[in-house]
Amino acid sequence: MSISLSHLSKRYGKTHAVEDVTTEITHGSLTAILGPSGSGKSTLLKLIAGLERPDEGTVVIDGADMTHVDPRHRDIGFCFQNYAPFRHMNVAKNVAFGLKVRKRPKKEIDARVEELLVLVKLQNKATSYPSQLSGGERQRMALARALAIEPRVLLLDEPFGALDAVVRAELRHWVKELHAQIHVTTVLVTHDQQEAMEVADQLIVMRSGRIVQSGNPLALYESPATDFVHEFLGPSTIFQGEVTRPHDLELVSVYQGTEKGRITSIVSLGFEAQVTVELSDGTSTWVQLSRNELSDMGLRVALLVGVRRRLDAD
Amino acid sequence: MASNASRRTLRTIVLLYLAILIGLPVVFLVVKALGSGFGAFWHEITEPDALSALKLSLIIAAIAVPVNTVVGVGAALIIARHKFFGRRVFDTIFDVPVAISPIIIGVALVLAYSRIGWFGAPLERWGLNVLFTPLGVALATMSVSLPYVLRSIVPVLTEIGQEQEQAARTLGAGRLRIFWNVTLPSIRWAVLYGVTLTIARTLGEFGAVLVVSGNIAGVTQTLPIYIYDSWDQRFDVLGSYSGALVLALISIAVLSILAVLRRREKKLLVDLA
Repeated sequence: MSISLSHLSKRYGKTHAVEDVTTEITHGSLTAILGPSGSGKSTLLKLIAGLERPDEGTVVIDGADMTHVDPRHRDIGFCFQNYAPFRHMNVAKNVAFGLKVRKRPKKEIDARVEELLVLVKLQNKATSYPSQLSGGERQRMALARALAIEPRVLLLDEPFGALDAVVRAELRHWVKELHAQIHVTTVLVTHDQQEAMEVADQLIVMRSGRIVQSGNPLALYESPATDFVHEFLGPSTIFQGEVTRPHDLELVSVYQGTEKGRITSIVSLGFEAQVTVELSDGTSTWVQLSRNELSDMGLRVALLVGVRRRLDAD
Repeated sequence: MASNASRRTLRTIVLLYLAILIGLPVVFLVVKALGSGFGAFWHEITEPDALSALKLSLIIAAIAVPVNTVVGVGAALIIARHKFFGRRVFDTIFDVPVAISPIIIGVALVLAYSRIGWFGAPLERWGLNVLFTPLGVALATMSVSLPYVLRSIVPVLTEIGQEQEQAARTLGAGRLRIFWNVTLPSIRWAVLYGVTLTIARTLGEFGAVLVVSGNIAGVTQTLPIYIYDSWDQRFDVLGSYSGALVLALISIAVLSILAVLRRREKKLLVDLA
């Protein structure tokens, strides 16, 4: 089910949380809304869900204008940042809630709940309470609860934000697999560019309530529209007055470089190294090298080197 | 860090203070009430005026507590879940009855509902008398016990936030279902806590009721008024002690329930953490 947003705006007092947002989210895609905190990405998600009402603009889901439809009639699955489990209900009852509201026969509910618990790998936790679950399990329960009503759209607000790094990576992978399996149009909000690049097939980058750029992740990484997108989507540095990726630069002998400078620090991060060079014009830039390059060139702090763009860059 | 000796001294002072303030008077009360034997005590509390006062107190509680519970829950939801112009004022109004002396509530009610008051004359034309009737007693009691349920719930509602309710809404639930299945189960201990405080206040109220009731034995006398009346007007000291002991026992029962609830609530909070 596609979502189209046109000229959406939301203000809180004098703050423009979302400002004139127009975009199209294609059917079956896994879209990440990416932006720093305060960029309006969560507000945008809540506008799609109907949990916030826009001051201007329209939300159209699958061809139907949903702008003034109550969230309970929008057929959306929404997962909150801290999962919002019903704390006095066990896992099975949490998952069954939406179906009970819809007055489905008990047999059907039981069967569906079991199926979903298998899908999210919580079949052994049916009678546990949310307080007895780990963060990752709570997140999966919230997903099962949202999926139970067979939503047209799945909306996830910072789905991995509150988890530790290992569980986070696992769950990220799992969500991608799940999406491949059930193909429901999914929109997730995140401030983590790595997470967005890894999970999503479409990116919407936001800043100060506006969309800065949208498209597929690789295209955005390769040709960012603004310096902000450039810096936000990956490591970046400034070379000859332009924002550039540090892995698009290389270190050569003083005579071969387009600029020359002195190495001020070398940070080795296992397979890669970050070498900072103070250039002759007084500015500083950093270059990302592989471990082999670092050792082959015999680099050390205070060495004079040349810096240039890699020939295969651009 | 305090030494053992100074800690022991401090504890002794606190205990002594409590004994002077609460312990000794209660002990004397029990001794005096039962001093002439259990038969005399029983005779006093089964006397018609005493029974009538006890009955009225219980009836008033049976009216005031449910009404203030419903109003308290409703107002708490409005205060915690809605932003509107004048919310602060709305919020503060609920505290007025406990912030000012009950006697003022009583006097204000008399002013409003006497024949020369705003509501008194019209209501009397409808055949409804408020002053010096059980109705007036009920109004005064409801007024002084207004905020307890509200004040117990609002912090809990604020603490749990709105997300569970919003989640229920996206899952298709309507307002009523959200209230019964999501909101109420999360605040039930707080509601019970507030109800217990309301019961205690309702049974014990003296000042506001005294002014409004006109102190008519057998008609508008609640148990606290009966106790005062026996003591001060009829010089029936034993009747006064006996009534006081009954009231104290009821209050202790209510307080015990409160203590149990507090423990349940604490346990619940640990569960939720």
